[in-house]
Amino acid sequence: MPLRAKVASSVSRTAAALSRAAGRGDGSVIGGWIGLKIDPDLLAHLSAGRAIALVSGTNGKTTTTRLSAAAVGVLGRVATNSFGANMPTGHTSALAKAGSTPYAVLEVDEHYLAQVLEATEPHVVALLNLSRDQLDRAKEVAMMAQLWRAALVRHTNVRVVANADDPMVVWAATPPADPDRGINPPHVTWFSAGQRWHDDSWVCPECGSTIQRSGDQWWCTGCPLRRPEPHWVVEDEGVLDPTGAWHKVSLQLPGKVNLGNAATALAVAAEFGVRPVDAVSRLGIVTSVAGRYAQVDKDGRNIRLLLAKNPASWLEAFDMADEAPTLLSINARDPDGLDTSWLFDVDFAPLRGRQVLITGDRAYDLAVRLDVNDVPFQHVRTFEDAIRSVPPGRLEVIANYTAFQDIRAELDRVN
Amino acid sequence: MSTESLRIVWIYPDLLSTYGDRGNALILARRARQRGMPVEVLEVRSDERLPATADIYLVGGGEDGPQALGAQRLIADGGLHRAVAQGSVVFGVCAGYQLLGTSFFAKGVQCRGLELLDLQSDRGPSRAVGELAGEIDPRLGLPALTGFENHGGRTHLGPEVSPLARITAGVGNDGNTEGAWRGKLLGTYSHGPALARNPALADLLLRWATGAHQLPPLDDTWSDRLRNERRSAVAAARA
Repeated sequence: MPLRAKVASSVSRTAAALSRAAGRGDGSVIGGWIGLKIDPDLLAHLSAGRAIALVSGTNGKTTTTRLSAAAVGVLGRVATNSFGANMPTGHTSALAKAGSTPYAVLEVDEHYLAQVLEATEPHVVALLNLSRDQLDRAKEVAMMAQLWRAALVRHTNVRVVANADDPMVVWAATPPADPDRGINPPHVTWFSAGQRWHDDSWVCPECGSTIQRSGDQWWCTGCPLRRPEPHWVVEDEGVLDPTGAWHKVSLQLPGKVNLGNAATALAVAAEFGVRPVDAVSRLGIVTSVAGRYAQVDKDGRNIRLLLAKNPASWLEAFDMADEAPTLLSINARDPDGLDTSWLFDVDFAPLRGRQVLITGDRAYDLAVRLDVNDVPFQHVRTFEDAIRSVPPGRLEVIANYTAFQDIRAELDRVN
Repeated sequence: MSTESLRIVWIYPDLLSTYGDRGNALILARRARQRGMPVEVLEVRSDERLPATADIYLVGGGEDGPQALGAQRLIADGGLHRAVAQGSVVFGVCAGYQLLGTSFFAKGVQCRGLELLDLQSDRGPSRAVGELAGEIDPRLGLPALTGFENHGGRTHLGPEVSPLARITAGVGNDGNTEGAWRGKLLGTYSHGPALARNPALADLLLRWATGAHQLPPLDDTWSDRLRNERRSAVAAARA
């Protein structure tokens, strides 16, 4: 590593430690920010000599990164940004902090995938899904798919692990060959994790025709784009690998969506030569990820935290949550997106019959939505009030990003 | 009303539904049912024919590509023009508002609109993103408009239409006026589920559709609280 990079890396680690010691945060961003100021190529320098996997998508990337790191860990030490700091500053911090490791698994914000592909030259990139998220700021779904596709054309040696159930991902992962420029499409391993949310993929990104669905299958009515045959498939409580062998997956994380994330992690690890039979038991050690799925006992209530940031992830959260009293909390601060319109893209009907409490900066937006949805609810001003309002036992908390962090802070930044 | 039940058509949810646009159909249907009106909501996808006999047509927001495609298909279909000729109500939001006019820009190209409203849209110097508020045309007898806008367009009104509102916060058409209306056609940049924050506007559309001069009041506690909170937030941001 060049001297400048060594200095930058060392200063970066110190700053991160100071940030944690001062109680200012996880230290997962500040260190990288300072390091990149000293050496703008620090991320590339820190990546050199490591076999790296990138994990990107709208939903599930933090958990899938954690599961993938556990699976790749069969081979040796793995650096990872497990606090969800998923931009280049976070990657730089994570790699600097980990020191020399043979492997790294990095969660990447979908907007930064092209840049991080460039800097880290990964062995594998996992593409999970693309759906509407923070539309007042984020790129719209089709535009994001186009950016991914353009980035993959420039990195045709990377091995891609991609979701066969998401038409936008399939299109992004299969850029056309360009023999004149010596460009071949990347090698893709497909997984099927099921997908509840379809409202961002009715229109073909290739030709604009309607996409039809029947059961698991989907196909464009106007061009050859259709669901590829997946190599890794969730089946019952386990995963079928490409040889057809079935592996039981025992997770401490709830919901079918996490079985899908586990299948993705096994597929990522397999690209490094890890056999699923060796990796599968390690997935069960993952309990919670940056507070997601964390359970806290307080005043006789068993509080479980579920993060839901956009319509697709709310549908998954309702599937994971028990039939128990449920607190919903909504903010619309910068990291959440300032617009709450997406609330009307979510059908809250699964909550009928449960005791529903609402809170957060934008509880009234949620109140109007639930009213229209015929879901009875009670508005509470504080998290303490919510706890007092439910009987002893399980309390499910479903919150969007900053609302989740607020509640996590009340529970001593539970991980 | 055209038949024994109120028919609401949500036009092309596969193309024009980027921002919770479903909310407007849900809110109209619920407010009608609460007044004892039977309601039928039809979601008509872009590969289907548009029925010309519904009472209310909703045209939502969308990205540039789907907006241009939606306009082309609506022009080719002709159903919305026939419905308007028969006196149906049309509510357009954001991209759906623009395409009711004579022309709009999508992906840098000028596209032909449906020519149902005398207005045309082009690109503004910057994207308008944030809270939108305005005083509604007094002839409509509605309380202030509140919403969230997210668009890159600027809209110029011709003499045949009236602005929906005078801007008090945000950009709307051009920083001065917001939205437009003529007869029973109304469009706004207040995007997505615009009626969630504006229940009186929802009732105006229901009154236009049914011919009722007034409708029994409903319990709007939560929308009232939401409206007050948003008004305070806009005032605080300005202070």
